[in-house]
Amino acid sequence: MSVELDVFVGNTTIMDEEVYQLWLDGYTVNDAVKVRMEGGVMDECEASKDVLLSDTMDQYRTFQMCERLLHSPAKLANQLLFQIPPHRQIMLIERYYAFDDTFVREVLGKKLSKGTKKDLDDISTKTSVTLKSCRRQFDNFKRVFKVVEELKGPLVENIRQHFLLSDKLARDYAAIVFFANNRFETGKRKLQYLSFQDFAFCAGQLISNWTVGAVDNMVEDMDVDLDKEFLQELKELKILITDKDLLDQHKSLVCTALRGKTKVFIEMEGSFKNLSRGLINIAAKLTNTKDVRDFFIDLVEKFIEPCRSDRWSAADMKLYLTHYTNSAHILDTFKHQVVWDRYMGVVKSCIFKMYHD
Amino acid sequence: MPGKLKAKIVAGRHLPVMDRASDLTDAFVEVKFGNTTFKTDVCPKSLNPQWNSEWFKFEVDDEDLQDEPLQITVLDHDTYSANDAIGKVYIDIDPLLYSEAASVISGWFPIYDTIHGIRGEINVIVKVELFNDLNRFRQSSCGVKFFCTTCIPQCYRATLVHGFVEELVVNEDPEYQWIDRIRTPRASNEARQRLISLMSGELQRKIGLKVLEMGGNAVVGYLQCFDLEGESGLVVRAIGTACTLDKLSSGSAPNTNTHMHPNTAPASNACNSPSKDGKEPVFVEDLPSSSGPPTPFRALPTSSSPPPFSPSKPCSRQSSSSDTDLSLTPKTEEPHSVRCRPGIFLCPSSPILSTDTLSLPGSGSVGCGRGSNPRATTSAPLSSIQSDSALLRKSVSFTEDLLLAASGMGSGGSAGKEAGPLRTLLRQQTQTALEQREFPFFTLTSFPPGFLLHVGGVVSARSVKLLDRIHNPDEPETRDAWWEEIRQEIKSHARALGCHAVVGYSESTSICEEVCILSASGTAAILNPRYMREGCLDIGCTDHRFEEPSPPNCGFCHIPYDELNMPFPAQLTYCYHCRRQKVPDVLFTTIDLPSEAAVAGKGCLIQARLCRLKKKAQGEANATAISNLLPFMEYELHTQLMNKLKLRSMNALFGLHIQISVGENMLLGLASATGVYLTALPAPGGIQIAGKTPGDLSSEHISSIQKRINDTIAVNKELYQINPPELAEEGVGSPIPEPRHRSRLFRSHSESSDELSELDLSHGKKDAFVLEIDDTDAVEDIHSLLIDAPPPTGFYSCNTENMPGISNWTSGVQMFTSVRVLRLSNANLTNQGLNKIFTDLCENLLKSFYFKLRSMIPCCLCHLNFTVAVPEEELIQVTVTAVAMTYDKEQTQEKTAEKPVNKGSLEAEEQLQFPLELCADSSSSNIQTASKISVSLFTPAAKLCQNQLLIARSAGVGESTNMSPRAASVDYGSFADRCSTWLELLRLKAHTIRRGSVKTSRRTQSLAHSVSSLERCSPLQEGRSRSLRSSRSFGGSSVTVVKMTPLSFLPGTRIIKYLGIINMFFIRETTSLREEGGVSGFLHSFIAEVFAMVRAHVAALGGNAVVSYSMKECVFMENPNKNQAQCLINVSGDAVICISETDQESSASTANTGQTGGSETDGAT
Repeated sequence: MSVELDVFVGNTTIMDEEVYQLWLDGYTVNDAVKVRMEGGVMDECEASKDVLLSDTMDQYRTFQMCERLLHSPAKLANQLLFQIPPHRQIMLIERYYAFDDTFVREVLGKKLSKGTKKDLDDISTKTSVTLKSCRRQFDNFKRVFKVVEELKGPLVENIRQHFLLSDKLARDYAAIVFFANNRFETGKRKLQYLSFQDFAFCAGQLISNWTVGAVDNMVEDMDVDLDKEFLQELKELKILITDKDLLDQHKSLVCTALRGKTKVFIEMEGSFKNLSRGLINIAAKLTNTKDVRDFFIDLVEKFIEPCRSDRWSAADMKLYLTHYTNSAHILDTFKHQVVWDRYMGVVKSCIFKMYHD
Repeated sequence: MPGKLKAKIVAGRHLPVMDRASDLTDAFVEVKFGNTTFKTDVCPKSLNPQWNSEWFKFEVDDEDLQDEPLQITVLDHDTYSANDAIGKVYIDIDPLLYSEAASVISGWFPIYDTIHGIRGEINVIVKVELFNDLNRFRQSSCGVKFFCTTCIPQCYRATLVHGFVEELVVNEDPEYQWIDRIRTPRASNEARQRLISLMSGELQRKIGLKVLEMGGNAVVGYLQCFDLEGESGLVVRAIGTACTLDKLSSGSAPNTNTHMHPNTAPASNACNSPSKDGKEPVFVEDLPSSSGPPTPFRALPTSSSPPPFSPSKPCSRQSSSSDTDLSLTPKTEEPHSVRCRPGIFLCPSSPILSTDTLSLPGSGSVGCGRGSNPRATTSAPLSSIQSDSALLRKSVSFTEDLLLAASGMGSGGSAGKEAGPLRTLLRQQTQTALEQREFPFFTLTSFPPGFLLHVGGVVSARSVKLLDRIHNPDEPETRDAWWEEIRQEIKSHARALGCHAVVGYSESTSICEEVCILSASGTAAILNPRYMREGCLDIGCTDHRFEEPSPPNCGFCHIPYDELNMPFPAQLTYCYHCRRQKVPDVLFTTIDLPSEAAVAGKGCLIQARLCRLKKKAQGEANATAISNLLPFMEYELHTQLMNKLKLRSMNALFGLHIQISVGENMLLGLASATGVYLTALPAPGGIQIAGKTPGDLSSEHISSIQKRINDTIAVNKELYQINPPELAEEGVGSPIPEPRHRSRLFRSHSESSDELSELDLSHGKKDAFVLEIDDTDAVEDIHSLLIDAPPPTGFYSCNTENMPGISNWTSGVQMFTSVRVLRLSNANLTNQGLNKIFTDLCENLLKSFYFKLRSMIPCCLCHLNFTVAVPEEELIQVTVTAVAMTYDKEQTQEKTAEKPVNKGSLEAEEQLQFPLELCADSSSSNIQTASKISVSLFTPAAKLCQNQLLIARSAGVGESTNMSPRAASVDYGSFADRCSTWLELLRLKAHTIRRGSVKTSRRTQSLAHSVSSLERCSPLQEGRSRSLRSSRSFGGSSVTVVKMTPLSFLPGTRIIKYLGIINMFFIRETTSLREEGGVSGFLHSFIAEVFAMVRAHVAALGGNAVVSYSMKECVFMENPNKNQAQCLINVSGDAVICISETDQESSASTANTGQTGGSETDGAT
């Protein structure tokens, strides 16, 4: 005696958020039943294991049927197959496109290709996110990437409109797409201390300041690519370290401003030239795609690590960068104020974000 | 050319990719109606094509409009090879054919393919321009409204209930045609879908014609089913209740009195069609002169003389129908049926036949009178009169009414003068008249308050037939005859219960290979004659004298049969409510709980489940085996129901539905009903356990079981809050002795009911129900009794429209369908083992529902409709459709008492200018002493092998140790006291009739008027529906939310418009079962698709809900080895627009603005 067929279909599609989460997390039906039993649903309605199993199977089937629609969320609103109340639709989409920070941290900046997909089982064991869930998340990244890649207009807005995601989630996806497109290196050991949210913040900064769309959102180009002209212009900043007078002038201005305001003044004064060289060299090299990829590792190696070894506090860091940036404006022979601001604005906020343990 | 159909293809979306190379589709659309086809241009390389086609116009007969669906095929254009079909949409035009319903069909329809399921959507607009066709000989019946709802639809008032209509059409099943061997599965499925769609249309049209003939304008409680007979054909059949409905214009309800008269007057004499009107004056004129039984009949010939008849129209009709009647002589068709009737079983029809012979002189004379009638028009009624109770005719029952009236008059006229002996004769004549009303059946299950006078009990009949013995499988005659037979049986059962009508009537079949079980069941009842007098309210002062007004909340429980000659053993007591009349100890019915009934506590779902193994056999042997098993199954189901009822401390069952399903090696029986405690009935006694012989089982064991039972009863009392208002055990309602102890020989008429009270020997308190434990089987049975788990806290369940004890619904509604198939792998199963498996299956299903719907607590599962089937040898399939509704827990206690009453009275005002077309019946209901037949329930000891059963409402089966069926006895009980009132009635009737004849012409005028006014107001309605539609599209989501419910109402809303019936049939097939997620995945998506298509059609009609939704059929076949499966689903319901009760006013204002908006868009298009 066995149950050959068992279905339950509601006119309004019945979905249990808890089961949905288990499904998204890649649990098998049996594992999900176990989790639910431990969760104590059974007591709620005098249910037995069979009831739970049957319910879980039904829901899993429903989700599988919905999955196709979730791939293009706009369809979910005007499809006729499932009658799902709008707030539920939003929940379904939001949860489907949600991802694990630990997982995304692993693939951030990697090419969203078949090759990477093959590595997913390694990532799965490393992050203890189930392979199924890894695949879903990876496919989501890829899908969003593919759709948005060719679109004009602001990146975040495009993602939000096409995938009906919340602003927060859309921004995260923008970051993922942006990182994947520019192939930023994030996997190096030195970068391991940084969380996805740190990178997402930086990506937001880069997108809103360094892309073509950032200066002129009427431009037809996308904002997944950095503004090439701007990167060219960054070379001009080299003058700050190549011109000896300018460098000294800059240093004295900064030191005057900092004196007495920080405990690590000596260290700051001592490493000024090195740090300044580091930052400006990063800027000057950004025309090379290879160096763009190393942007974050460079920031860490050339700036954050030296500072940290000198035991600067975060406040010291802020103080220093603020004065470093502002002092350049007073240098009368320095003509590239606009580019400088555009560059330092982003670098400053990225470093602020990245300067932690 | 009576109609022009216009269709416009606007756009498509979400189309599938048909060209792998480009990942796109070059779609175009074929629009086909009848034999005409139009095509749109190809919209190249798009998955969201915009065709924006011209209006395709079809000029067609309205007959075709009714039969044919509009067929829309979406194809992918292919330059080099044949175009690939993407899918189809069938649109039923019917809702556009009556002016009150939808005016346009417009919206997104899922494109459906029988192999791939839904593949994108298409936006279509359909309109119909109907030219009025006044041709009397037309074959169409446009304008007749159909409702699945089994009560008078909200926003309508029934001015007249004409009665039973049925029709059946047969065709060859395309799946069994030779061509099926060479065509693709897709082509075969589509041929079948189209055929059933055509047949449904034809069936509806034919029923509509019958309704028009009867003078009605609507069919309520329309129940359409199809039987897949296999080789012998495909049958689509339908039954319904013909009515004349008046639309209630909201807010203008009180206009009834003035407006009603033209309608009610003819109604009151059971006539609405011209032909009948013509005959009425006869009785009026004859009445004064009638002086003996034969007079009315003699008077009949003169009926031809009054001039105002208009016989020309119905003439051809009736004669044609009588033609078919004649061909339907049933006895000659007998050889197909396997039936053996042993003498042991008291076939209820035989005693009735004896009364027939008694009354033959009377009816004979009627026949003669008619025969001498020079007009040929009367030939149809004539034939029906001459045939006795065995007559089988297509049901055009209005002719009967007339005849009933005739004989009723006659006997009434004479009754005043004749002495006692003659009265018996009179009564018999009335009885004859009743019998001649062909089928006084009503498919309705709930009625306006006061409509039901008395309820006798459940009557049911089953018959086993062999499909391979049908002489002429392509013609409907044989099946017609089968059903006639069953209906006759039902009718005679009802008569045996002293009832003249059957309400809550339904029919069903179960087919396995060549064996077919036909079943019919209903509730025998006496309907209120008051509604027949409604038309003569002005004379009304005499009204109260007619009958002692029986209290509305208990009256229907009072027994309709004679207490001295009860048709079955039962314990009668005086009604616990009014203490005036007798009530049985238990009441079983197939109808819904009347809204005015007084109940204690809540109701609950009660199910009896049973499995019976049978040997595999072929042909007649098989049929005989099945018919031999049937009575035992009915008996056991009945015992189970009774025990479970007692266990819940309840005393009445409503909505009883017994399904017996046949498989190759087993029979499944499932009885579902809603138990309730009626305060008018005595409190149920407990269940007593007794060992057969003291030594068999230890008394400890017995007492432990007894204790468990008592505990369960106590728990259930608590659970269902059964605290009968008066527990005072005064001996007023003491049971009368078992009827068999008394002599039931002819009683003189002087022995009136007064005398009965003396005979009421106090017999102690109600006996406890005794269960004997004599073997292990019995122990099993008792255990299984106790298995039924009560629903978890916060849940209630019922299978009726209304949940007894809950009325304060909140808006949460969740309709669902669930299917479960169990494979019995174990070859050596016993009956007991099977029973256990089956019971667990049903119980687990319920548990699953409770669990899934736990977020809705407090909630009630209403209208739980279980269907069982044995699709293959070792498979059991259970299909359930129900609705979960939330209610307000806080208010339950206080409001239940008052609310139903208020609601009821309101409804009464709305619905109840309600002359039932039953004049003669009404009089007979006062002379309710029909011939009495004692019907014994079959007991296993009496080796029964009849295949047609009467399960009367048999109280106390379990204790009926009386194995020997009692002989039929004719009782002339007491009716003298009623005679005088009855005469009053007749006199009144005479007035009515006179009035009716005058009113006829006026009525036709008013009809004409109403038609034109309808036309005038139609733009407004159009505007309204448009405004609904447009306001929808402004909303965030472009998809209308369509609620579905198997009930006739949606809580918290009011239905403002019925848009037409939804009746859809789909086939889905797959050759890649595994890829689609196995059988469950396949069926899951198919059911979801069916829901989606229903919703889309309703939305396109401008509606936002489906009420009275049901899944009639869900036939699932699989072949996992071949990776194949096929499923057929048939669903139906009423598409409606409903608005929230709270914002009616605001919606009225939006309707106004919508109207202007609508006219603007009108101008634009």
